[in-house]
Amino acid sequence: MTDITKDAIAPPRSFLSQDAIQVFYRLLAALLICAVLAVLSDSFLSLGNILNVLRQASLTFFIASGLTLVVLTAGLDLSVGANVALSACIAGTVIHTTGSPALGILTGLACGGIVGLLNGIMVTALRIPSFIATYGMLWVLNGLTYWYMAGETLHGFPAGFRQIGSGYLFGLPIPVYLLLVFLGIGTFFAQRTVWGQEIYAIGANPVAARLSGIPVARRLLLVYAVSGTMAGLASIIFLSRLNSAEADIGESLTLPAIAAVLIGGTSLFGGVGTVFGTFIGALILTLVLNGMNLLSVSANWQPLVTGVIVILAVWLDMKTRRRAQ
Amino acid sequence: MREAAIVAQPNPLQRIPGVAMVLVLLIALFSVIAPGFLSVANLSNVLVQSTILTMLALPMTLIIMTEGLDLSMGAVLTLTSLCVAIVSLATKSMLLGLGAGLLVGTAFGLANGWLVAIVGIPPFVATLGTLGMAQGLSLIVSDGQSVVGIPHSVRDIYSATLLRVPVPIVMALVTYAVFHVLLYHTRFGTYIFALGGNREALRYAGLSPNRLLIAVYAIGGAMAGIAGLLMTARMNSGHPTAGLGLEFDAIAAVAVGGTSFERGNGWLLGTLLGVLSVGVLRNGLNLISLPSSVQVASVGVLVIVALFLDGLRSRA
Repeated sequence: MTDITKDAIAPPRSFLSQDAIQVFYRLLAALLICAVLAVLSDSFLSLGNILNVLRQASLTFFIASGLTLVVLTAGLDLSVGANVALSACIAGTVIHTTGSPALGILTGLACGGIVGLLNGIMVTALRIPSFIATYGMLWVLNGLTYWYMAGETLHGFPAGFRQIGSGYLFGLPIPVYLLLVFLGIGTFFAQRTVWGQEIYAIGANPVAARLSGIPVARRLLLVYAVSGTMAGLASIIFLSRLNSAEADIGESLTLPAIAAVLIGGTSLFGGVGTVFGTFIGALILTLVLNGMNLLSVSANWQPLVTGVIVILAVWLDMKTRRRAQ
Repeated sequence: MREAAIVAQPNPLQRIPGVAMVLVLLIALFSVIAPGFLSVANLSNVLVQSTILTMLALPMTLIIMTEGLDLSMGAVLTLTSLCVAIVSLATKSMLLGLGAGLLVGTAFGLANGWLVAIVGIPPFVATLGTLGMAQGLSLIVSDGQSVVGIPHSVRDIYSATLLRVPVPIVMALVTYAVFHVLLYHTRFGTYIFALGGNREALRYAGLSPNRLLIAVYAIGGAMAGIAGLLMTARMNSGHPTAGLGLEFDAIAAVAVGGTSFERGNGWLLGTLLGVLSVGVLRNGLNLISLPSSVQVASVGVLVIVALFLDGLRSRA
């Protein structure tokens, strides 16, 4: 398929390997963008704006972190945005009818996870290529969400629930703490557990992975389920932050999430990348969009810029990979 | 047959049952449960409404035959439709509007082809990126507003008739004929089969697979330009979200029509029947007052089932 020859099995990746250099470059890029924005805009360096960037980046990161695992296996999940919308609408309804935020959160996570599991089944059992299976799923979910909501908007949730998305703890937004927690869990899972390393191995060379006894189908199911569950988590944050849910909230989420993964240095061809890189990717993308906002560029430009960034990121990835060979 | 020399094609007759059965089943189902489905007015409505989809699904078939995909088609159609609206509004000329649509569409097609063939980005990601760009440009050129006041010359295309056949249907039939000749009776068509089936053979034959690939994507973009004219005429305006998601119906039609995503064989007549299946499905669900959201979801299910069956066939 690709002209990139892959290692038979990915070597164990620690944080101070080649990936560290890639991540370092990206951190540098993020700092550079910060410096440029600080010069161009007076309000960029205000505490309010920086917290806003972090909160915004955390939303993108939740979706993108699960997606990173999928991309590490050389797959893709195009349904994440639609999954967020459906999960948010269902979780919102549960909170409205039962009055219990805990039950709503569980429903949102479960809904996201089930959708992810269905994606995994389509990819493993039905052997449909992941991008087309999850693309079909995108439209199924879109249809379901619009049908379920019938043009209505859910609005007004308990104050305690709204704290999750808009509250502060010791001066930092609560989503930022969640971001740190999931960044830690994701990095530990991918780099330091056997399952995580098996996921790298599947992406690097699925045949070798199977021959060396890795239960490929089960790991793939896990990866898609995790991606779906993270979309479910994002839907909860979204719901509590906006304090409302509509059928169309997911439409602008998928492309940024994919962009964050690719900017973060995860290769579309599988086996290369880190969750930490995705965090930097989410940060860079959010900084760019935030900067456009501060420089009063119309929001109409955002899809264009995100699209250009996606293509540039893949292009750069392929360039550096070719040079490394 | 020339193409038989390059790739062994399965007998098309083996595939007729699949998509034709889907179409017949859908028609039978809706003539029973949907009142008014079988009326002449409604059926001709289905045909006219399927014309834009035909113009996208035919080039999509060629693209999928090369083991590619074009997710940007709906967004590019939206952009070209806006270009047609803006230019024809400014110049009062239908032809200049069409020219602008064709130009922008072909440019996007060339960009897709370049990204896929020369840069080597997987098609679904490359075209996802250009999807974002086309969508963004649509919002920018229209400022998020509808473009209204389209000249009559554009609007009339959708309602005019030629020998009592609506012009959109004539355009779709001509398009089908052109694609049929292109794919089955020219060298270029044979090369398209080889692009998906055996790219190495093309190289050994001294041809440039990259240039052929770019041409295939460019055709897709150009067709989105022509379809943009129909879209503007149909809506009597340009709208920044008019065609979003149409690429999905096109992919659905191709998948239902029996073109394989992995083995480089395609079937244009199957795609045409696939387009009609999608059209009948949407129209029938509409008649029994199910909202468009359910239509979208059921087209999604249709695709997944079709791909599942395709997977079964490839293993058999």
